[in-house]
Amino acid sequence: MKNKKLSRRKILGGAVGVTALAGGRGLLGAPILATDDPDLEAHDARVMSTTGEVDLSQFDPSKFLYEFDYGQVSELPDGQTLREWDIVAVDKEIEIAPGVYFPAWTYNGQVPGPTLRCTEGDRLRIRFSNAGSHPHTIHFHGFHPANMDGVFEVVKPGDEFVYEFEAEPFGLHLYHCHSVPLKRHIHKGLYGTFIVDPPEKRPEAREMVMVMNGFDTNFDGDNEVYGANSVAFHYHRHPITVKAQELVRIYLVNALEFDLLNSLHIHGNFFEVYRTGTRLTPDDFTDTIMLCQGERHILELKFRHPGTFMFHAHQSEFAELGWMGFFEVEL
Amino acid sequence: MKQWILGLFPIVLLAGFVALFFIYGPLGVFMAAFPPVEELTIERVVLPEPDQIVLHVINGGPDPVTVAQITVDEAFWKYTTDPENKTIPRLGRMRISIPYPWVEGDTHEVMILTSTGLTFSKEIAVAIQSPRTDGTYFGTFALLGIYAGVIPVFLGLLWYPFLRELGSKWLSFFLSLTIGLLAFLAVDMLDEALETAEAVPSAFQGIALVGIGVLGAVLILFYLSDLKLGSSDQTGAEGRHWTALMIASGIGLHNLGEGLAIGASYALGEIALGTFLVVGFMLHNITEGLAIVTPVAKDQPSISRLVTLGLIAGVPTVLGTWIGGFSYSAIWATLFLAIGVGAILQVIYQLLVLFTRKGETVFTNAYNVSGFFLGLGIMYGTGLLVV
Repeated sequence: MKNKKLSRRKILGGAVGVTALAGGRGLLGAPILATDDPDLEAHDARVMSTTGEVDLSQFDPSKFLYEFDYGQVSELPDGQTLREWDIVAVDKEIEIAPGVYFPAWTYNGQVPGPTLRCTEGDRLRIRFSNAGSHPHTIHFHGFHPANMDGVFEVVKPGDEFVYEFEAEPFGLHLYHCHSVPLKRHIHKGLYGTFIVDPPEKRPEAREMVMVMNGFDTNFDGDNEVYGANSVAFHYHRHPITVKAQELVRIYLVNALEFDLLNSLHIHGNFFEVYRTGTRLTPDDFTDTIMLCQGERHILELKFRHPGTFMFHAHQSEFAELGWMGFFEVEL
Repeated sequence: MKQWILGLFPIVLLAGFVALFFIYGPLGVFMAAFPPVEELTIERVVLPEPDQIVLHVINGGPDPVTVAQITVDEAFWKYTTDPENKTIPRLGRMRISIPYPWVEGDTHEVMILTSTGLTFSKEIAVAIQSPRTDGTYFGTFALLGIYAGVIPVFLGLLWYPFLRELGSKWLSFFLSLTIGLLAFLAVDMLDEALETAEAVPSAFQGIALVGIGVLGAVLILFYLSDLKLGSSDQTGAEGRHWTALMIASGIGLHNLGEGLAIGASYALGEIALGTFLVVGFMLHNITEGLAIVTPVAKDQPSISRLVTLGLIAGVPTVLGTWIGGFSYSAIWATLFLAIGVGAILQVIYQLLVLFTRKGETVFTNAYNVSGFFLGLGIMYGTGLLVV
């Protein structure tokens, strides 16, 4: 079999070989896996991917993974913790796959928006100003008064609104724009993760956030690009490094528009599932989890073996269109 | 000299106003939020080897387009481009190579995702390895062309001895039949030219190409006929030979179009559907030899002359299969087909002139009328075999 491939290459020789080499020269960076190797065989697992690299100085999913925004912290007279955030809605063009630009609507210039994190019982104050071109809101999942729900209090371009409520219940939640038309406002990028920690804290772990999303680049009501944290195949090009035996905690949120479901499968492993993160005892022990839009779960796992392990949506279509990556497990 | 300057003056002014329009014009109002207008055409998909797909892309839109990513069957796939720069200028071309393990006989869809997120896709209806430009394929295509075009034309020419002995009424019958055949071919070919024109990138204005091809061919052939025959009797022996030559040339262009169709469908894997297509073309084309030889039936043309006419009409089929099989281009196909239409229309005119010598028209008597309609009928009937 090997020989057959070799001989075919020899026959090919000229034209195609020359272009392949020419294309390989100009590519950026030196990824951990040589995914831009122009000599990749057609059946190599790494050939199914995007070509090139995105400008990571604008938004780097490898950093976003670990970025938790605890807000500006102060103490109220009664001893309660107050956390304050400034969130601005801005229109911004983002790069969702190498060389593919999407005219997004963002919270603080990034998609997903910043991961807001607090502890149950905290007082939260979010100053929201709209510097975008359309009316927007922030709708938080969780307990709060009706006038803090971000549905009827539409914030027009140039206007401001302050959301204030107590953080409860603990768990993994999300926030997103609730202006109409809903589909457009959400798929344009107005969503983010909202983590409320339990008062007794969870065990020490390597924690990361994965917001599963997609982009309809040609506005036909169907996603062209899928991924976690916006950039197709980012963790395929830049695997997530973890240590064997260390506890890994994934905050997994499904913000995918248009498709009914999304999922995550991790190779060579099983994980504990804390549905919506609202209890401290696991609900399931599995290697594949399915989420509807808006659903989110906390996953906990340990890698037993070193090496490269793939993770991806177990809808092959999503995986092949960008929602796929690797864990690089070190001893 | 001064006159030429005066002639150029409006053009210079126009250039000035165009510049003003771009700098200060009202265009700025509209430009604000719109993405550029992008239009890519995947002109050809080649499967040169089992694990390789090659796309030939042309930018027929008003703005440059940057190719960002490629998907095959809804999966992002690595690719390389030639030239390396991924921005295709207006009217520019690019070749994209994708190491994809396509499946023989299956349908695949390739899609280009541009930097603005627009998508352009093309279906590979039946995946089959594309012909290589080597001796075997050249030979195979030549043979297909010879069977579909050359052999039937020469068989048709063999009706010459039969026609030679015919009386004047029957000859008129066959001349009318020829006109019927040609009229059918003209319509058939125009239809094909218009259909191909739809695949032409819009900047190349497919319909305009058809118009230019048809009118251009008609006018140039009139001019050439005039140059060749001058004021001599256009309906004399020389005129009839000229007419036969024109018929052969027009049919040659028509057969070039048929060759393109055969070659392109072979390259797309469609010819695997059967030898039916080639057999259909053979039956269809035997009448073409008849059309060529009828005008000169009474002139005792030499064998070499008849062979020359046959080659002019038949050999383009072979050229067509080569072009269609190895480097099909909708732009050139449209132009060739349109020229063929013009050539045939001009030939029909020449034949009508031949009739006038005898004080007849196609509709003078029952022989001619039935000949004309039989010509149409034969073409329609044999055409049923080609579809």
